[in-house]
Amino acid sequence: MTSKTLLALLATATLLTARETRAQLDSTPARSTDPRVGLAGGLDDAREAAWNLRHVVHRPRAEGWYDPDDLGTLRYSSSDLAFRGNVVFQGAFHGLQAWDVSTPADPRRIMALPCPGGQGDVSVHGNLLFMSVEETRGRVDCGTQGIIDTVSSERFRGVRIFDISDVANPRPVALVQTCRGSHTHTLVTDPRDAANVYIYVSGTSRVRSPSELAGCSGRPPEEDPNTSYFRIEVIQVPVAAPQNARIVNMPRIFADSAGAIAGLWQGGTHGEGTQRTAVTNQCHDITVYGEIGLAAGACAGNGILLDVSDPANPRRIDEVSDPNFAYWHSATFSNDGRKVIFTDEWGGGTQPRCRATDRPEWGADAIFSIEMRKMRFRSYYKIPAPQTSAENCVAHNGSLIPVPGRDIMVQGWYQGGISVFDFTDPTKPVEIAFFDRGPVSDTSLVIAGFWAGYWYNGRIYGSEMARGLDIFELQPSEYLTQNEIDAAKLVQVDVLNPQNQKRIVWPAQFVVARAYVDGLMRRDAKRRSWGQGVHAELARAEKGPAAARRTALARLATRLDRDAANAPDAETVRALAGVVRELGTSAR
Amino acid sequence: MISRISRAGALLVAAAALVLNGCAARTAPPARELPAPAASDGHDRHSASALETARVGYAAADVEFMQRMIHHHAQALVMTGLVAGRADRRELELLAGRIDASQRSEIESMRRWLEKRGEHAPDPSHAHHDAMTSMPGMLTDAQLAELRAATGATFDRLFLERMIQHHEGALSMVADLFATPGAGQESEIFRFATDVDADQRAEIARMRNLLNTIPATPNTR
Repeated sequence: MTSKTLLALLATATLLTARETRAQLDSTPARSTDPRVGLAGGLDDAREAAWNLRHVVHRPRAEGWYDPDDLGTLRYSSSDLAFRGNVVFQGAFHGLQAWDVSTPADPRRIMALPCPGGQGDVSVHGNLLFMSVEETRGRVDCGTQGIIDTVSSERFRGVRIFDISDVANPRPVALVQTCRGSHTHTLVTDPRDAANVYIYVSGTSRVRSPSELAGCSGRPPEEDPNTSYFRIEVIQVPVAAPQNARIVNMPRIFADSAGAIAGLWQGGTHGEGTQRTAVTNQCHDITVYGEIGLAAGACAGNGILLDVSDPANPRRIDEVSDPNFAYWHSATFSNDGRKVIFTDEWGGGTQPRCRATDRPEWGADAIFSIEMRKMRFRSYYKIPAPQTSAENCVAHNGSLIPVPGRDIMVQGWYQGGISVFDFTDPTKPVEIAFFDRGPVSDTSLVIAGFWAGYWYNGRIYGSEMARGLDIFELQPSEYLTQNEIDAAKLVQVDVLNPQNQKRIVWPAQFVVARAYVDGLMRRDAKRRSWGQGVHAELARAEKGPAAARRTALARLATRLDRDAANAPDAETVRALAGVVRELGTSAR
Repeated sequence: MISRISRAGALLVAAAALVLNGCAARTAPPARELPAPAASDGHDRHSASALETARVGYAAADVEFMQRMIHHHAQALVMTGLVAGRADRRELELLAGRIDASQRSEIESMRRWLEKRGEHAPDPSHAHHDAMTSMPGMLTDAQLAELRAATGATFDRLFLERMIQHHEGALSMVADLFATPGAGQESEIFRFATDVDADQRAEIARMRNLLNTIPATPNTR
């Protein structure tokens, strides 16, 4: 089956209710009944559609943080999110904000610091906050007046570092200037070196003048081997002395085996009827997964894997290209590190790319498996509901939802809304929840929509470019049980930088075991009675006295290990056995 | 995160009456002494002055850049219009098709950017001759006539050489923009110019590669 057919089928399948018949599947045009189609527009009063998600709360942008005459201008667009404790940091092209979400139904804006320069990508580490700046209006002093001189010591393009000991009053502690500015950045921690953190800088803009920043060169590599293209910057930040942050490496991660620094995709099409793919002279975004020693770089014309076991010296170990990708944009690993999803930001995020006429494999996610540190393409995922020409829409930022035994991701699609999908089977991604609003304007494209949708400690946070902040909760459905949601909510972390992935670990609790069982039952109808039996045994054990519980759970774990031997998804069954065994040994 | 925000989209942002002074960036107050930036809870920020200072407007040079670039792009369309019936290589037709599509889309974007700001948006089909020849990389009448008269591999080679020249002109217009005090500050124009720069650089590289595969003294068909 071609991926296109598959996606069309998926699109249809997600719209069917249990009562709908096979005949309807054949005769009903796909997508036509999707509640996301035809939502009326408006900034604050657009119609909304939600499926298996509950919209908890919405907060608009702050006064002074939008232009009432130009609602979609990028100057004020909200951008990426980072999380620490009960605080959500929200970047914007105009500056930095923080929300106290101790009461999720009532998020309080506790800080709004004008500091323009776009895109305002943020990450946090301890009391340090990092922020990306790329535009020529960016100023050393965070001033909003821009810079008149074409070469100026007041201009700032690079990574700002703030001390956020007092969240309400971020204190600038360092500025690291880079030649192409910082479009995005990635926080990298080194398990062997707690004294330093690293920042991988992805710069995508024009190279600035060497008169403004020494060493910058916008010349092509054949003219200047020291060109500022075809590299990333690695900043080392001493945690105790962030003022000493500096660039320690500018690795040529696109070099070929002969040492040519422009060694990857040269730009252009892959043949007739294919997408035109950007040249690989930059990364757009990099996601690091330190526990597996890998990073996935979404680097314009290629998706690459980096060995980051030495964080200051990332080394490329694999690369892929794709005839349907226009611009490799961002990446997310599965928790076991055996899959990676890349997004294609076809149209740059400001174009309507989810119309019924747009190809489902263009501007989509591409799911790859990783075997022996090599990537292999498996399928595409794109939201199945067509959007209008008034809605900028394409695959964008997201994160994993920690449901035991499954690979589930939540993702922002700009004005395509928020989509939650399961990619446990990398060849058959399927949408399991969504939220969507109508366009800001019914008649013209006003740039807006979800920059990102991230799961953080039990909820989904959406950063809306023109509308502010939204918080959602998952609702149980045939695709996700309450047990699975509860197990996901058990995973609590102190900090989340979505581009710095950490391994998800579930505590040994009964609901985690039940979530595994629910998932296994859903995956295979023949397991129904098996699953009911395991559920019954878990319930009996939970109610019994400690000694009996220990015995029953040990016996159940042994049996599950045996069952695993014959299961197609043996690892999930073994993971279930592991939780059951741990529940037994910890029973008292 | 948005990358290479393009053309139609970046510039299709909400239609709005022009409130900004066209020279806001150039008339901005001089840099103040640099204390730590002041944070607030956002609710104190609705003062008109906060909003005004946040408005890095566009400069006259930005308008001029857009207006001139429309004419510059228009000539690229004249060139791509010559490909059918003259080119030898299929790759050249594909390349010309891509250039044609992207330049058309960019012209639309530039017109929208100008219209939205109440500035004159030139009609690309009615260019003044002077405007056409005074920009870097533009083909002279003689060069255009030479291209029109060529066919086969001769055409392929000439087309690539002239389109590289033309694209390099666009790069130099972007460079001039950013070398103009106060220009290229507004988010939308920054993006647009950045994208033109990136796209045309990439196309130049591709055209150079293609050119290398065509013999210098080609056999005519």
